[in-house]
Amino acid sequence: MGLDLFRIDDRLIHGQVVVGWGQPLDLRFIVLVDDEVASSDWEQELYRMGVPPDMEVYFESVASAATKLAGYRADPRPGLLLTGDIATMAALVEATGREIGAVNVGGIHHRAGRVQRLRYVFLSAEEEAALRRLAQRGVAVSAQDVPAARPLPLDEVLLGDGHR
Amino acid sequence: MNKARALIAGHGDFAEGLLSAVVQISGRDDVFATLSNRGLSAQDVERVMRERVEAGNLSVIFTDLPAGSCTMAARRVQRVRPDVIIVMGANLATLLDFIFASDEASPAEAARHAVDKGRGSILVTEGPASGGGERGA
Repeated sequence: MGLDLFRIDDRLIHGQVVVGWGQPLDLRFIVLVDDEVASSDWEQELYRMGVPPDMEVYFESVASAATKLAGYRADPRPGLLLTGDIATMAALVEATGREIGAVNVGGIHHRAGRVQRLRYVFLSAEEEAALRRLAQRGVAVSAQDVPAARPLPLDEVLLGDGHR
Repeated sequence: MNKARALIAGHGDFAEGLLSAVVQISGRDDVFATLSNRGLSAQDVERVMRERVEAGNLSVIFTDLPAGSCTMAARRVQRVRPDVIIVMGANLATLLDFIFASDEASPAEAARHAVDKGRGSILVTEGPASGGGERGA
């Protein structure tokens, strides 16, 4: 199976990721890509504490993740790559060419300047444009908070009014 | 001694549901405040939690999952408020015990006592055909 789920989630490692996705996919490792977390031992310990002992967490900056992505993809264990925002995922896609074919928008919550599109997705105009650019590059962008939900393609997400 | 007060924080209606049960059983609605992470970013969970802890002079935070965003937020609050105690994996027995233990003990002692009680309340009961009895989980 390997690393084939690339998720944008502003809560990073949390219950929905570790339990909601972790158990049905039998996830064995998470690659958390965030420049700030990658430079903070305290932040890393915080997130490491949140995962079960049989799940490994690797902390990477965008630059180091780009370098190591092929290696993570070759890992036979089921894995998930997480970023906390669209800009970080877009930078990783930019840095890795065609390595990332699909991106899951899993949770982007309310902030000033964002419009609610789904129950769990709020986007600014700049973020919507960034997602459209990803799609134009050939990346399949969809929103799905938990495995039991139907993945919603980007066009449907951007038409949303927050009621789904 | 000032009686310890606490926050219950978790996913969905976890906190409100447990509080409802606590009040139904104990009649006490003066111990716990609640917080749901529903619809909140990690930063907002932390901000709201910090506001509730400060406003209510709360000394203990009970959360649902060790991996949950409320637990993550509680750890961040504890970083700047090291006097705050976190109990992860709370259940109804834990909270009920805390109410009464905190009448007599410090917040830390009451929290430890409540954890022992909550852990001991989780049991598996198998039918006689399986050959099993009642066991702690």
